[in-house]
Amino acid sequence: MPTDPVIEFKNVSFALNGGALVSGLNLAIHPGETVVFLGRTGSGKTTTLKLINNLHSPTQGDVLVKTRSTRDWDPIALRRMIGYVIQEIGLFPHFTVARNIGLVPTLENWPAERVHQRIQELLRLVGLDPQFAVRYPRELSGGQRQRVGVARALAADPPFLLMDEPFGALDPITRMDLQNQFLSLQQRLAKTVVFVTHDLHEALRLGTRIALMEAGKLVTVLTPQQFMKSDQQLVKAYVEAFTAGQP
Amino acid sequence: MTFWQFITQNRLQILSLTAEHLRIVGISIFLAAVVGIPLGILISRRPFLDKPVLGIANIIQTMPSLALFGFLLPVPWIGARADRLAILALALYALLPLIRNTYTGIKGVDRSIVEAARGMGMTDRQLLWQVELPLSLNVIIAGIRVATVISVGLATIAAAIGAGGLGEFIFRGLAMVNNQEILAGAVPAALLALTADFSLGRLEKWLAPR
Ligand SMILES: Nc1ncnc2c1ncn2[C@@H]1O[C@H](COP(=O)(O)OP(=O)(O)OP(=O)(O)O)[C@@H](O)[C@H]1O
Ligand SMILES: [Mg+2]
Repeated sequence: MPTDPVIEFKNVSFALNGGALVSGLNLAIHPGETVVFLGRTGSGKTTTLKLINNLHSPTQGDVLVKTRSTRDWDPIALRRMIGYVIQEIGLFPHFTVARNIGLVPTLENWPAERVHQRIQELLRLVGLDPQFAVRYPRELSGGQRQRVGVARALAADPPFLLMDEPFGALDPITRMDLQNQFLSLQQRLAKTVVFVTHDLHEALRLGTRIALMEAGKLVTVLTPQQFMKSDQQLVKAYVEAFTAGQP
Repeated sequence: MTFWQFITQNRLQILSLTAEHLRIVGISIFLAAVVGIPLGILISRRPFLDKPVLGIANIIQTMPSLALFGFLLPVPWIGARADRLAILALALYALLPLIRNTYTGIKGVDRSIVEAARGMGMTDRQLLWQVELPLSLNVIIAGIRVATVISVGLATIAAAIGAGGLGEFIFRGLAMVNNQEILAGAVPAALLALTADFSLGRLEKWLAPR
């Protein structure tokens, strides 16, 4: 790689109450990459994302963001440059859709007019009618909420994105649509993205590399081409599980 | 003399004692809120403090009110006037529901929402004011409601130490074995409690996150 990594895991472990949730992680992510984490439920994908924006702090090793350990970052400054789509969506129930989306720009003290414009722009981007702006999260469907969650993460145009199963609750057509949006966005903006999914097709489409996790460990990191051809046991099991039952 | 005649004859005194009653309850709830809500916030952030603080508030709560008045009597400035004494004692009683409801309200905010707020880079203060307090306001109001209803009742006992309020009728009635006197204190006190319960209950409902 010609560039230095912007996110780097150096022998990282994270334990809670004595039990390791992830251990021995080593991974270097370069600018503009989309690294997709794949792995069984409970394998440590969400934990790994939270180590990047310092919602968890490593109990061993270091996570470097822009070559500085997350321990040495001011957590607020670190998180403001990392858009985060959380798995549970986590919209603020007492905020309208517009206020949810405009949250980070508001925290960053953007002028109201610019926040408003940005909200309109993002609603369009994630395919929500502007009329949704005044609704509350409880008045949206699950898929619509998820799109608001994505818009909120993109709002302040952060150079990094952590996306934890962002398209999980969407129908295949909308999902495809948002994946296309994502790809064209990545072509223009080249953000550094760490993405979690359970869907191999999504991983193959969006990822520049696929990181496979199992029981808190990183099994392997491969490009989509390598992934499909690999003869590692676990990788093959994945590919087979996904191609089984297909014509 | 009917009860109604008694009421009309003594209406001025009933009104002034009701006002006194309200003043004692109002000030004590205000003091309890000013101390209890911040304490509830504090212990939601310092896990090692929650048990001791709630424990102490619990012990105060279980003390018999006359004993508490007695304990506070030697306190300088406070002990010098009966109404100060009553206000302080009532405020101490109101502390537990306020601390506890603030604490459980904040702790009860959906974890994923708090996580999202932190992930967006909210400071602790922004998290508190923009997310945790708005989302637990109804639970805090419920604490104020419980505390107020308890206070209205307890304040009648404050008359025993000469703090005034509707308890004066009740104690006088007890001494003179006069039911009308007792009722002239008890009925307005009950009405006060019901009104507080109803209106704060409405507020609580209205504030509940939908
Ligand atoms: N706060 C916590 N306390 C204790 N254990 C936890 C905690 N959070 C997660 N775990 C455990 O850590 C392991 C990894 O969790 P994690 O959320 O990272 O999994 P995941 O790969 O994201 O799973 P999924 O695909 O289901 O989202 C799981 O076994 C989980 O039960
Ligand atoms: Mg997860």
